[in-house]
Amino acid sequence: MNKDLRSELRTKYAINAIVMFAVITLAAISFTVGAFALAPQFQAALLWIVLFFSASSGLPRVFIKEEESKTVNALKLSSSPLGVFLGKLMFNLILLLILASIIVPLFIALMGVNIKGLALFVLIVVLGLLGLSGASTIVAAIVAKAATKGTLFAVLAFPILLPLLITTISATDYAMGGGTITGGFSHIQILVSYIGIMLTISILLFEFVWQE
Amino acid sequence: MIQLQVIELSKTFQRRKVFENISFSLRDCDSLVITGPNGSGKTTLLRLLCGFIRPTSGQIIYSEQGHNLSWRQVRQRLGWVAAELVLYEELTAIENLNFFAKVRGLSHTTADSKRLLSMMALERCGNDPVASYSAGMKQRLKFAFALLPEPEILLLDEPSSNLDEEGRRLLDSIIEQQKQRGLLLVATNDPREVHYGETLLQLGAGDVSNNEQRFTF
Amino acid sequence: MLWKYLLGLWMAAVIAAAHLLPIPQVKGLGETARIIFFHVPVAWVALVAFTIAAINSIRFLHGRNMEFDYRSYAASQLGLFFCLLATITGSIWAKVTWGSFWNWDPRESSIFVLLLIYGAYFALRSAIEDESRRAALSAVYTIIAFVTVPFLVFVIPRVYFSLHPAPLVNVHGRLEMDIRMLLVFLASLFGFTMLLFWMYQLQLTITRQELKEE
Repeated sequence: MNKDLRSELRTKYAINAIVMFAVITLAAISFTVGAFALAPQFQAALLWIVLFFSASSGLPRVFIKEEESKTVNALKLSSSPLGVFLGKLMFNLILLLILASIIVPLFIALMGVNIKGLALFVLIVVLGLLGLSGASTIVAAIVAKAATKGTLFAVLAFPILLPLLITTISATDYAMGGGTITGGFSHIQILVSYIGIMLTISILLFEFVWQE
Repeated sequence: MIQLQVIELSKTFQRRKVFENISFSLRDCDSLVITGPNGSGKTTLLRLLCGFIRPTSGQIIYSEQGHNLSWRQVRQRLGWVAAELVLYEELTAIENLNFFAKVRGLSHTTADSKRLLSMMALERCGNDPVASYSAGMKQRLKFAFALLPEPEILLLDEPSSNLDEEGRRLLDSIIEQQKQRGLLLVATNDPREVHYGETLLQLGAGDVSNNEQRFTF
Repeated sequence: MLWKYLLGLWMAAVIAAAHLLPIPQVKGLGETARIIFFHVPVAWVALVAFTIAAINSIRFLHGRNMEFDYRSYAASQLGLFFCLLATITGSIWAKVTWGSFWNWDPRESSIFVLLLIYGAYFALRSAIEDESRRAALSAVYTIIAFVTVPFLVFVIPRVYFSLHPAPLVNVHGRLEMDIRMLLVFLASLFGFTMLLFWMYQLQLTITRQELKEE
């Protein structure tokens, strides 16, 4: 479980890539959509799309890097699959949180978004990221063992993340319109159960991915 | 003392049969040298013995006093030196050792790491990132890594590559020490390394027909 | 052997009944309601195939017996086939009834996602050469994907209501099937399921050959 801290420590060096990608995507969107005032649903959708694709570019690297540099074997030898998985999960989560803390304010500023239900909004974002990292980590592990890395991650992750994305988008929309936490409760329930189930299943299955 | 039994082990990747029907058994402080031309499966065999990959058929059994050990238990007492570097290049040697010790669950301090490094004559570069090491230094670092758990089983893959005279002497002393402590397996192409083990396993050239011979000195 | 002929006869009867049976006229649907005899069973079968794939994935991970990988793969291939059929028949019906090929109504979206999952599955399989690795990874993916499906079923209708204020009524749920229709429908359902199992056995034999020869 100590893998957590160590994982971050050493891969802080690679965090730049993902942030750059997100910022560029955001800029691109902002240019194209700029003049039009988008309805909140679209803004919500866009936000999560940006987050998803940025995540797709950054998260898989966690495992791919290990495969490439062969450190996988040292890890396999030294630690348990559970430890490795949790460590990577934590790392991905923190990475996403950092990403979000940069993107979200930028997004709000550039797109002229108006958020009325701030508490709910923040909660949704955090839960959404938890779900995102939870599902993505194991997909990243799967992709790392396959040949064509790049787009494969997005292809595999998207259908699995869809329930999460749909829920977060509609919840974000609701929050932007002034929803309260109690009002958004049903969304939160779904998010929490999704997170719970994805994590459980990932933990159970990770070992099969890790062990050849 | 850990015993190792290998029973009719075969490994095939896709259509390529690496080797088949390898059997041997080691106990107490036995040492085995595995030789063979490139591609004969020496590294594959070691990786199978580490539990990194599964055999296509056959069994690998580690046991102690009659009880079979699980892979987890085995890995805790196993040290491995690979042909390539398997440590993190962006980190320093000390960070690497501390990390892997921690992940293994060993009670290990930075002082312990330093001690290991000085055993391998690397104490001066402990705080430099591994990327800056020369090939010889990296080789020595691999030993420090392998020795972290004071392993009862030590697997070495081409251990003397990249080593200078002093390095070789260090290797010799490690090998001596290991023979006192437990099992030693060495995979090598280098004729000079053949004497490291008491028994020899020779793997045939890559393809389907294998000629394995066991010699005992 | 005999039962294959029986199945053939059965299906023929079902098809005949589907076309000839007088059905109650529901507003706006008319004869097109007959699609229910084909479209729904086909979608159902796609789901069954997916379940078979998932179960065999679990069995594979349990014992690493390649046989289960073959089964999983065969089931997925059929699942994809039926899923495509379902999507296409659904789309055609949508065009005829509602005027456009695709509407993102809950059922359509769900079947589309199933299609995406299959697509991802095959993409994954083609990206891995080593057969035991491929088997393990695709088994894991199938199970994960299978687990998300209940969520989809639950989540999509909710979104539908919040994002599309003007509901397109999914008439399938509204039809009160009179007893004869119900019978034909169930017969069709049964028939298609049997069809699936038959094709599955065939496909499995083919798949085993293919994969073993690799």
